[in-house]
Amino acid sequence: MTRYIIKRLMQGIPLLIVISVVLFALMMSMGDPVATMGGRRVTRAADYERLKRQLGLDKPIYTQYLYWLVGNSWTRIDLDKDGVAETPGTRLGILRGDFGTSLVNRKPVMQVIGERIPNTLILMLTGELIVILGALLVGVYSALRQYSLLDHVVTALSFIGYSMPIFFIALLLMTVFAVLFKRWGLPYLPTVGMFDPQVGKTFGQVVYHMVLPVISMSVVSLASYSRYIRSTMLDVLNQDYIRTARSKGLPRRSVIFVHALKNASLPIATIVGLDLPFLLGGAVVTERIFAWPGMGRLFLDHVSRADTPVVMGILMLVAVAVIVFQIITDVVYAWLDPRIRYD
Amino acid sequence: MESTTSQIASLSPDDLETPPLNLSQLAWQRFRRHRPAIIGLVVLTLLVLYALAGSLFFSEKYANFNDTSLRLQAPSAEHPFGTDSIGRDVLARTIYGGQISLLIGLTAVVVETFLGILVGALAGYYGGLVDSILMRITEAMLNIPEIFLLIVMAKYFGGKIPELDVFGRTFSGSVVVIVLIIGVTSWMYLARIVRAQFLSLKENEFVLAARATGTRNIEIIFRHILPNSVAPIVVSATLGVANAILAEAYISFLGLGVQPPTATWGNMLDGANNYLESAPWLWFFPGLLILLTVLSINFLGDGLRDALDPRGRTV
Amino acid sequence: MSTLLEVKDLRTRFHTPEGIVYAVNGISFYVAEGETLAVVGESGCGKSVSMLSVLQLIPVPPGEIAGGVALFRGQDLLKKSEREMEAIRGQEIAMIFQDPMTSLNPVLTIGRQITESLRIHMGMDQNAAEARTVELLEMVGISDPSHRLGDYPHQFSGGMRQRVMIAIALACNPSLLIADEPTTALDVTIQAQIVELVTKIRNQVHMAVIWITHDLGVVAGIADRVIVMYAGFIVEEASVNALYENPRHPYTSALLGALPRMDRRRDRRLKSIPGAPPSLLVEPHGCPFTARCEFTIERCKTENPPLTPVGQNHHNIACWVDIKTGAPR
Repeated sequence: MTRYIIKRLMQGIPLLIVISVVLFALMMSMGDPVATMGGRRVTRAADYERLKRQLGLDKPIYTQYLYWLVGNSWTRIDLDKDGVAETPGTRLGILRGDFGTSLVNRKPVMQVIGERIPNTLILMLTGELIVILGALLVGVYSALRQYSLLDHVVTALSFIGYSMPIFFIALLLMTVFAVLFKRWGLPYLPTVGMFDPQVGKTFGQVVYHMVLPVISMSVVSLASYSRYIRSTMLDVLNQDYIRTARSKGLPRRSVIFVHALKNASLPIATIVGLDLPFLLGGAVVTERIFAWPGMGRLFLDHVSRADTPVVMGILMLVAVAVIVFQIITDVVYAWLDPRIRYD
Repeated sequence: MESTTSQIASLSPDDLETPPLNLSQLAWQRFRRHRPAIIGLVVLTLLVLYALAGSLFFSEKYANFNDTSLRLQAPSAEHPFGTDSIGRDVLARTIYGGQISLLIGLTAVVVETFLGILVGALAGYYGGLVDSILMRITEAMLNIPEIFLLIVMAKYFGGKIPELDVFGRTFSGSVVVIVLIIGVTSWMYLARIVRAQFLSLKENEFVLAARATGTRNIEIIFRHILPNSVAPIVVSATLGVANAILAEAYISFLGLGVQPPTATWGNMLDGANNYLESAPWLWFFPGLLILLTVLSINFLGDGLRDALDPRGRTV
Repeated sequence: MSTLLEVKDLRTRFHTPEGIVYAVNGISFYVAEGETLAVVGESGCGKSVSMLSVLQLIPVPPGEIAGGVALFRGQDLLKKSEREMEAIRGQEIAMIFQDPMTSLNPVLTIGRQITESLRIHMGMDQNAAEARTVELLEMVGISDPSHRLGDYPHQFSGGMRQRVMIAIALACNPSLLIADEPTTALDVTIQAQIVELVTKIRNQVHMAVIWITHDLGVVAGIADRVIVMYAGFIVEEASVNALYENPRHPYTSALLGALPRMDRRRDRRLKSIPGAPPSLLVEPHGCPFTARCEFTIERCKTENPPLTPVGQNHHNIACWVDIKTGAPR
């Protein structure tokens, strides 16, 4: 088992390297590297040259990649072009958390991102929890009631659910629960932001503002997860060992929840695990519609303003999270499946 | 009694045996039984007709004709879907928008299918280092959320392609950009499927036979193995159209996709929140059309999968 | 010996998208206490489906038990509710299956898979159940049983897994064991061991056994009586000796004739039965074996022969022709 973990970690490293190279290449080709890494746009030629040397951007490309990873504060640069390197650099490199400074608001990228992460997590984790619980309920139940009317209705609704563009769901929900309810004098749900600035960022406010965005996001995921769970359960229920369990006269409850579900939980855990890191990216469309201050909206805003450091920071963060979660998911799976654990 | 062929030939194919069907007949039979797929096919045909035939009733000029004195009118006899924020007829725009959205969906799938087959076939057939490298790239691209990639690429390649004049119609260069970026961000799924197919099929005897007779690798790939993997490719391509239409809708909704005046169902929704209360017809009709299109393609894809690859499904 | 299980006119069908599959078309047989009945036939003849139907283990859509009774100690199993059947399965009637690789749950320990039966049917607590489990594993020939309770199925070989299955089946001392081709997936030496094991246990506890197989060699080793099935019908029923020495149905005779034997001449071709079994999608009409039978007469095509005695000693065949003379019966 430990061998397996180590093997997976070893496999993850080249992938991280490849991704870092891809992102590095992307970054260098998009916009002005000097501005990107210097954190400000410089116009005067002399200043530009100076900044360029200070950032190590006059060096060959592989050195630049190195600097990007670990910074250049440990080496000396020749700042005044006299042939002697005397000044230490200022960059720390991404491996030390230095993603540069935002071109938009001059704050360190890590800080800018860090401010938004909690908002995204609140939204996404709540949504994910609802989706998993709901999908388990719906998926298992409709697998047990295969061919029934309920099953057909659920399947039809699932199809509609994951064929809907998120913004359409959001707009429909907003129309009903915000606009129409208000018109009819019923208590209505807010549609903008995380909390009402006049009331302040209280728990109640956040929950209240979360309802519509979470539902909008969850519909599509709920629909596709429940179909997946249903099909996994059906697969499992058709296995020989379930027939054996029934032939032993075990009560139905035990057959379904112990014998079947334990087996079905393996692929389901895998899907959930692989999906989790993508939550970090937030839901770009949902956050835009509801003006929720999360990572998705951050990404969108800063891309449209060509703020490369922040954009790179987010991409790097998500990519790393994805790889890390892949490894975690694999390890968890290996631990859950006795065929791998005891090998 | 010795068994001889004459004995078997004397058995009449009477009602003891059902006559055999060939593969495509079987597939068609299975497809026909799948009611949602048939409904999907019908609805999709109607939608395509709507987008195409509609241009017989409204000219493109009319769709782009704006008169701010007519802005934001609710649906009426003259404008059955109302008018938008600068006075354009929404119905006409959904027709032309539909053409673009469907066009983008189809052409993006062509791009992604081509890339997916290329990468998957090479990786699966040659294996070894080629496979490793191609798979690392595939994985790296899969590790980045599609919407992020789309946004970044849309922003980067945004203004780079000029307007095109094809068949007497003017297309904003952004259409080509969108097609390319959707294609470039979606090929990975198909590549994995094709690779898996190749990995298993290349061990088959017909490949061995082809090699033994000196067939070149390229020919083996395209003439022998690929035709045997058509089923999952067709299913993937069909569902890919739905995905491409949604992707275009999302990116245009965010304002980074196809630029006006060229209409798509997605960009008609851009800024719709502002008119949430005042003009719901702005987003309702294009949104509904997207839903119906994607839904019918999903039904169709499900039916195709059932018909062409029944073993892959549980129900 | 009293009759333990008596099945009369059992019919089972499956509703598939391609049509109705007539899997079992009116079979009747019995098993007495302590007796071993072999059910022989080729793949698809309905032998497994019949036994699964008796225990109501057929998935009900698309399956359907279309008729018949299955009297176990006088009570009709086919009329019982699911809960009533749960009390019978595993406790009165146990079943073991063909593929030991897939018949055991891979994510539960084998100890758990045995103790759960004991706890549910016999009301034992965990300790008592574990103790009994160790005894059972010992009885089926698993070495060092007390240390293997926490092991998972994949840690056992095929033959040992089948022994575990037998232990599971025997846990609650059933009076009837249904073995559905338990040795087909195992290699020959292991086959012999399993057959020997079941024989030993059956003799010890006076348990009735229904042994389903397509291997006539195994039948000779273990059965008291045999029924031969074809296309969902029973075509011959006899004691094991009578069947081998004196097969009276064309199909049985052809089956036995197709067996390679050491005492036959090596330079002759093996006799095979020409043609293929009829499609089960067509409602059966007339004798199912007609198309491949060398003794067939006109009557065979239109009327399905019922199972009737031939000679003495409960030897029954479903045939219009006496294959010894070629004349109609």
